[in-house]
Amino acid sequence: MNSLILRTATKILVSLMLLFSIFIMLRGHNEPGGGFVGGLIASTAFGLYAVAYGPQAVRNAIYFDPRKIAMFGLGLGILAGIIGILAKGVFLTGTWTHLGGIAIGTPVLFDLGVYFVVVGAVMTLILAMEEEE
Amino acid sequence: MNNLLVMPIVIPFSAAVLGMMFNKYKMARRGISLAGSLALLVVSTLIMLTVQRQGIFALQMGLWKAPFGITFVADHLTAIMVMLTSIIGLIGVVYSFADIDEARESFGYYSLLQVLVGGVCGAFLAGDLFNLYVWFELILISSFSLLILGGEKAQIDGAIKYIAINLVATLMFLCGIVLLYGITGTLNMADLHLKVKDVANTGLLTGIGVLFIMAFGIKSAVFPLYFWLPASYHTPPVIVSAIFSGLLTKVGIYAFMRVFTLIFTQDVAYTHNMLLIIAGFTMVSGVLGAAAHNEIRKILLFHIISQIGYLLMGVALFSPLAMVGSVYFLGHIIIVKTNLLLIGGIIKRNAATLELKLVGGYYKSAPILAIMFFVSAFSLAGFPPLSGFWAKFVLIKSSLIQGSFGIAATALAVGLMTAYSMTKIWGEAFWKPNPQEDDCSKQALSNQERYLMYGPVIGLTIMTVVMGIWAQPFLEMSNYAAQELFNPANYVKAVLGVMP
Repeated sequence: MNSLILRTATKILVSLMLLFSIFIMLRGHNEPGGGFVGGLIASTAFGLYAVAYGPQAVRNAIYFDPRKIAMFGLGLGILAGIIGILAKGVFLTGTWTHLGGIAIGTPVLFDLGVYFVVVGAVMTLILAMEEEE
Repeated sequence: MNNLLVMPIVIPFSAAVLGMMFNKYKMARRGISLAGSLALLVVSTLIMLTVQRQGIFALQMGLWKAPFGITFVADHLTAIMVMLTSIIGLIGVVYSFADIDEARESFGYYSLLQVLVGGVCGAFLAGDLFNLYVWFELILISSFSLLILGGEKAQIDGAIKYIAINLVATLMFLCGIVLLYGITGTLNMADLHLKVKDVANTGLLTGIGVLFIMAFGIKSAVFPLYFWLPASYHTPPVIVSAIFSGLLTKVGIYAFMRVFTLIFTQDVAYTHNMLLIIAGFTMVSGVLGAAAHNEIRKILLFHIISQIGYLLMGVALFSPLAMVGSVYFLGHIIIVKTNLLLIGGIIKRNAATLELKLVGGYYKSAPILAIMFFVSAFSLAGFPPLSGFWAKFVLIKSSLIQGSFGIAATALAVGLMTAYSMTKIWGEAFWKPNPQEDDCSKQALSNQERYLMYGPVIGLTIMTVVMGIWAQPFLEMSNYAAQELFNPANYVKAVLGVMP
């Protein structure tokens, strides 16, 4: 869509929305939020970008093929499960390590996986539809 | 612990991830998919052996105790279904090497196929209703992607119908789940089995049960709700139709078997009679639809519906013997129906069409194919000594024992009608001389493609013959599955760790 107002606003909005999506994903650990919602917000941001600047601009911006992003996320999820098997003996068991006072564990990895799956899957759909005509 | 149970999901998903990462290289994406399917076959065999050795076993993911966490359970029924899924998955991958074009492949066909197989396995293993719902969704998304892959107009038209009606089904399923949770406060199926006994308002439970009948009914394409299936399954490549017919509707039947033995048994006279009437109408309308069509794939698709009627009949009669018949029938129909569609796929490759008017002469030009079709078609119609005979024999016997003469008569008549449809295909496609005259066909297949396409067909045909002639071990396995379904105490113990 060729609109100066939309393009200018999009530049600011997209960066804010992406930042917000990461915040929501991390917040999901103990409060409402999580990888799924975060991923949806991020895809909304890219969707807006696609409306304002065209699908090719989005492809350039995310660089990787969205299908590969989705599959990468799925891989992260599986990895989080397998770490559980290796460390605690059961699939998906939360495993934690402390890095400089911050606890980092497999639930975060899993959430990150979900985030990428959602972004990848939704972007595949949006780009396919935007490129239709 | 029992991490084996999660492998039927981890392996296909890993194959999907790796396949997509190395999507650029043709040999890599094919090799990864094939390796994943073989590994899945090994794992499903291991699960089967474990179930036979030590009975039902469960996995509590992330070490969260049973009614709260995600539970995976394997009993005989699950083990059989996962095994069949892995067989169909492997055969689907091999056949796809010859049947799927480069454009679809490079878009990620094999990854989608693996995700579908993983999703189906997940649905069979899920130990709680919400988890089952999630797997249903995953199956829906991946099958929808497979349906539209290629982007032909007819495909998109069919896929829209498919997804619209299936979304209604998942919505009903979700409503049922929410209501059930509101009443009992749990969604773990073993826990539900105990909790529903304490519910005073059984009328409400039966109402929820009807919501589930609607949801699973749409998924498995039963009588008034089946119209999406013939409207969408005939559009993608034949191998995709074959895999769908082997796996998708059967997930719905599996859900019927599980839920209507474990949870909704308060008012059997109402719910199961309803199922019985639906089963009868499903058989008849499916077989009549098949009689009205003159395209091989459409005839076979309508037969999916009529066979679903038999499967549902076993659930509806609600006796161990009928359930034995139903479980055995599941194994039989998955193998035979997939095989018939694969044979249709070879004809399509050869003649570029499946219209009965335009094909012919395969008895002469492809005798092996003719034999394979003959065996599978008669197995579908229920001729002894093939697997279809035993499946129908057990079902009809149990219905006679229980005095349901109406459904027994329907089942027999529909069997005859099935034979009529199969004879129609046989007479037109195999016996009639080829109307397109000589050879636009014959060598459309390269040698390599012949092996890739005939291999699976021959394998599946052998399976139906073996299941028919050595029926005893398979019936015994179905018997174990039925006994477990009708005595849920062991299932509950495996999940919750206590005897009810």
